[in-house]
Amino acid sequence: MTKFVIRRLLQTIPVLLGVSILVFSLMYLIPGDPAQIMAGEGASPQTVEQIREKLGLNEPAPVQYLKYMKNVVQGDLGNSVRSNRPVMDEIKARFWTTVQLSFYATILAVFLGLIAGIISAVRHYTWSDISIMIVALFGLSMPNFWFGLMLIQWFAIGPDWLPDFLKMRASGWGDDWRQLILPVITLGTGGAAIIARMTRASMLEVIGQDYIRTARAKGMGERVVVYRHALKNALIPVITVVGLEFGGFLGGAVLTESIFAINGMGRLTIDAIRTRDFPIVQGTVLIISFLFVFVNLLVDISYRLLNKRIDLN
Amino acid sequence: MAKKELLKVEGLKQYFPIKGGMMGRTVNHVKAVDDISFTIYEGETVSIVGESGCGKSTTGRAILRLEEPTEGSITFDGHELTTLSKREMRKLRKDLQIIFQDPYASINPRQTVANLLNEAMTIQKVVPAKDRRKRIIELLETVGLNEYQADRYPHEFSGGQRQRIGIARALSVKPKLIICDEAVSALDVSIQAQVLNLLKELQEDFNLTYLFISHDLGVVRHISDRVIVMYLGKIVEIGDKYSIFENPKHPYSKALLSAIPIPDPTRVKKHIVLTGDVPSPIDPPAGCRFHTRCPFAQDICKVEEPKLFTHDSMIDGHQAACHFVEEIENGDLQAKGFEEAVF
Amino acid sequence: METVLLEVRDLRTSFFTDDGEVKAVDGVSFALPLGKTLGIVGESGSGKSITALSILKLIADNGKIIGGEIHYKGNDLLTYSDKQMRDIRGNAISMIFQEPMTSLNPVFTVGQQISESIMKHQNLSKKAALVKSVELLKLVGIPSPDKRIKQYPYELSGGMRQRVMIAMALACNPEILIADEPTTALDVTIQAQILRLIRELQMRLGMSVIMITHDLGVVAETCDYVAVMYAGQVVEYSDVVTLFQKPKHPYTIGLMNSLPRHDVEVEKLESIKGNVPNPKEMPTGCRFAPRCPAATDLCRREMPALMKDVEGNDVRCWIYSEKWEGESEVIVYGEKRIAESRGTETILSD
Repeated sequence: MTKFVIRRLLQTIPVLLGVSILVFSLMYLIPGDPAQIMAGEGASPQTVEQIREKLGLNEPAPVQYLKYMKNVVQGDLGNSVRSNRPVMDEIKARFWTTVQLSFYATILAVFLGLIAGIISAVRHYTWSDISIMIVALFGLSMPNFWFGLMLIQWFAIGPDWLPDFLKMRASGWGDDWRQLILPVITLGTGGAAIIARMTRASMLEVIGQDYIRTARAKGMGERVVVYRHALKNALIPVITVVGLEFGGFLGGAVLTESIFAINGMGRLTIDAIRTRDFPIVQGTVLIISFLFVFVNLLVDISYRLLNKRIDLN
Repeated sequence: MAKKELLKVEGLKQYFPIKGGMMGRTVNHVKAVDDISFTIYEGETVSIVGESGCGKSTTGRAILRLEEPTEGSITFDGHELTTLSKREMRKLRKDLQIIFQDPYASINPRQTVANLLNEAMTIQKVVPAKDRRKRIIELLETVGLNEYQADRYPHEFSGGQRQRIGIARALSVKPKLIICDEAVSALDVSIQAQVLNLLKELQEDFNLTYLFISHDLGVVRHISDRVIVMYLGKIVEIGDKYSIFENPKHPYSKALLSAIPIPDPTRVKKHIVLTGDVPSPIDPPAGCRFHTRCPFAQDICKVEEPKLFTHDSMIDGHQAACHFVEEIENGDLQAKGFEEAVF
Repeated sequence: METVLLEVRDLRTSFFTDDGEVKAVDGVSFALPLGKTLGIVGESGSGKSITALSILKLIADNGKIIGGEIHYKGNDLLTYSDKQMRDIRGNAISMIFQEPMTSLNPVFTVGQQISESIMKHQNLSKKAALVKSVELLKLVGIPSPDKRIKQYPYELSGGMRQRVMIAMALACNPEILIADEPTTALDVTIQAQILRLIRELQMRLGMSVIMITHDLGVVAETCDYVAVMYAGQVVEYSDVVTLFQKPKHPYTIGLMNSLPRHDVEVEKLESIKGNVPNPKEMPTGCRFAPRCPAATDLCRREMPALMKDVEGNDVRCWIYSEKWEGESEVIVYGEKRIAESRGTETILSD
C-alpha cells in the first residue's frame, strides 16, 4: 500500500508539469501581444513596455517558464497586474471559500445521491424508483445558473418569514457559513443526480451477482444483503464519480460564485479574465488543477482500499 | 508409411511477458507452451487434452499465428508458417480454419448467416460470385441447417445451430486442417452428439484433418485417432487413442483418466485423487513439471526433465515423458502419499 | 423403508417477463431420503437449478412459485414466512453454487464470509465464529487455514474457493446440502477432489445431499437416487442403478446413448434430434414428443403424468400406461423397450 501511494505520488509529477506548461502557454495561446492586452487598449507604449519588463516577457519563452516555475515552487505566483498584490495572497483570501463550497456540495451530493440511488435500486421499477429517477433527471438537466437564480428568486429575495441568513446582502455571501446553504444546493444538486443514477445502476448490477445469491442462501436478512454485501461492492465505481464531481464542483464554483456574488476563487478568475489579469488566471487555474490532481489521488487510494482486487500493476 | 505430413510443429514455445515495476518493463514470462513438438498427418484427428492452463488452446492459436510464437517452427503443407508475412499467412488461412467454443463471440451479430459465409468466401476467393448463393445453401445443408435459415441472424439460432454455422463458415473456404478449440464444450450432451457426428461425417466426405482441443476425455476418445496429453506447457504423453486410454503410462495421464466419473453406477471405481493445484506457469517446477503432484516422484524428477520416449512396454508411436515408466509398470516403484477414493 | 427428509410434490415455478409467463419448473416431484444423495440431472434450460433455488425460495423478483408442496420434516416450506425461511437457509439447508469464482463476495475476507453465517445462526461472538471458521477450513482440507482466513477470494484458486463455499455451507451443520453443479467450472482432477470431499463430509456429518448436475458420470458415481429433468419437468425418478441399467423414458435413453465415453469405445453416438423446446412455446402434449422417435398422436396431444410403475419408480411417458396406442415393443435409440410394466398406478402429478 505504501509502495502504491509513493508510486501514485510520483506519477502526479509529470501531470503537474504538463498542467503548468499548459497554464503558462495560456498567455501565448491568446492572439496578440500579452503586454498590450494586459495594459488594455489605449495604453501608452511606455506602460506596455513597463508591463513587459515587469513580467519578463521579453525573454525567450523557455527561460520565462523556468523562472516562473522556480517561483511557483517557492510559493510565488507573481503579482496581479491590476492590484499589484501577490497572486498567492489574492488566492489565499478566497481559496477556502471555494474549497468549502465544493466540499459541502460534495457532501450534499453524496448524501442525497447515495440514499436516492439505494432506494431506487432496492425498489426498482416501483413508483419510488420512477419518481426518484425523474427528479434526478431534472437535477441533471437543470443548468446551474438557472437553478441558482431560481433559488435566489424563491428564497434570497423571497418572503419575509424566511431566516435572515438566506437573504441576499449587499456585501455578498461568504461570512456566515449558513449563507452557503443556497449556493451549496445550487452546486450540489446536479452531482447528487449523477451519483443517484450511478449508485442505482451499480447497485442493480451488484444485486444480480452470484455472491448476493450466496449471501441470501446463507440466510442473511435483506438489510444485511443490501447494506453489507451489495453496497460495499456497489460503492467502488461510485467513488470515482464522487472524486470527479468534487473536481467538477471546483470548476463549477465559478458560475455559482458569480450568481451568488461569493468572493471565491471562481469569481476571482472570472474577474481576472475580464480584466486580462494573466498572472491571476494562471495562478487560479494552476491551483485548481493541483487540487484536482490531489483529489484524484485520494480517489485512487480509497478505490484501492475498497477494492482489494486491483493489482499494483 | 505413406501417410502425408500435413502439420509439423517443432520446438514450439509461446511465452507471454508479464509487465511490472515502475517503468512497465517485462519482469517475467508466462510459459504457456514450452518446447513442444508433434506431427499431424493428412486425414487424421489429433486431440490435445489437458486441464486449464496446460497450453492446449495457446498451441492452437500459435499454429494459426493468432499469437506470434516465441520460438520454434510450424510447417504446414510444406510452408514454414512462422516466417510468412502477414499477407502470405492470410492466403494460407484458407487451408487452416478454426472453430471456437463460443461461435457467437466470433460472429458479427448484425450479419445474416448468408452474409457471413459470403464474406468468408469473398476474402479467400474460393467460389465465383454468381455461384456463391448456391454454395451457401449447399453448405448449410451439409451442416444440417435449412435453406430458409440463410437469411437469419445469429441470435435466432440455438447454441448447437450456431456451432453448425461456425462449422459451415470454416468449411466454406475448403480448408485442409480445422482446429476445433473446445468446439463442443459449451453444448449439451444431446446436441454435442449431433455436432460430433457431423464433424465425423464431414471428415470422411471432405478428407479433413482435425486438431481437436478439448478438456473432455469422453469427447476426445470418440473423435480422435491420436491424443496428446499436456501438462503445464509440456507434452507428457502422446500416442494413438487406444494406447492413451487403455494403456496410459505417464502418472498424470493415469490420474487424469482416473479422475473422470464413469456413467455406470455398478462399476466401483477407485479414483486417483491428485492433491493440490496445478503450479503457476510463470515459475514452473524444475525437472519434471508434474513432480510436485506426482505420487511416484523421486529425487531425479526434481532436477532432470524427462524426455518423451517409447519405453519397452509401449508400442511404436506411443511416447511418455517420465523417468519411471517401466518401474511403475512392473511395480518396482510404489505410489506414496497418494489418495485413492470411491466417491 | 427409508425416512424421507425432503419431499417435493408437483412444484411449479414461473417467471413473468414482458413476453409472458415462462414456466421454468412445471411439475417437479421427487423425494430425498435421509442421509442419501439425490441427483437432479438435466441439460441447460431443464429447470434443475430453478428447482434447487425454489426449495430455498431464492427465486429472483420476477419469478414466483405458483404451485406444489415442499415437505421438510412434516412442514411445507412454501407456507413459511420470509423470516422462517431465513432461519432455514444456511442453517438446516445450505447451498453451494456452480461458479466458485463469482459466488464469494470479493470485498470480504474468507473468514468474514464464513463467520457471518455462524454468527447469525448460532449466536456466537465474532471471535468464536472465527475460531470455528478456521476449523471448518481445516475440515474441507484447506492448508494453513489460519492464514487463509484473512485472505480475499481473489487470492485463492478455483478449487480452493469451492472448498471455502463448502466450508461456508457446512458452517451450521446442515441437514441438507444442495450442490448446484459444484464441479462444472473446475478441472477434472480438482472435480475429483471436491466430489470426494462432499462424499466424505456427508458420511461424517450424516447430511443428505441434492446434487444438481448435467454430468451423467457424476450422477452415477455420487448419487443414490436420480430425478431426470426435461423442459421443466421430472420425466423419470428412480434409484441410480435402475436408472442406468433400465432407463425408461426415451429422453433418458437418448441422453445416455449420446454420451461419448472415455472408458469404453462407442462407434457412433445416437444423438437426439432437434432442440430443447422454447419455454415460451411449450408443446401441448409430452414435451419430448417433438424429439421422441416413438411419439404417437397421443403423445403430441396429451401430456403424460408422472406415474409410478410396478417397481415403484416414476416415469412420465405414455409407453408405460394403459392408454398407449403404439406397438407393444418400442425401439428407441437402438434399445428395445417393452412396455411391460403397464398398469401403472399412482398419478403423482400432471
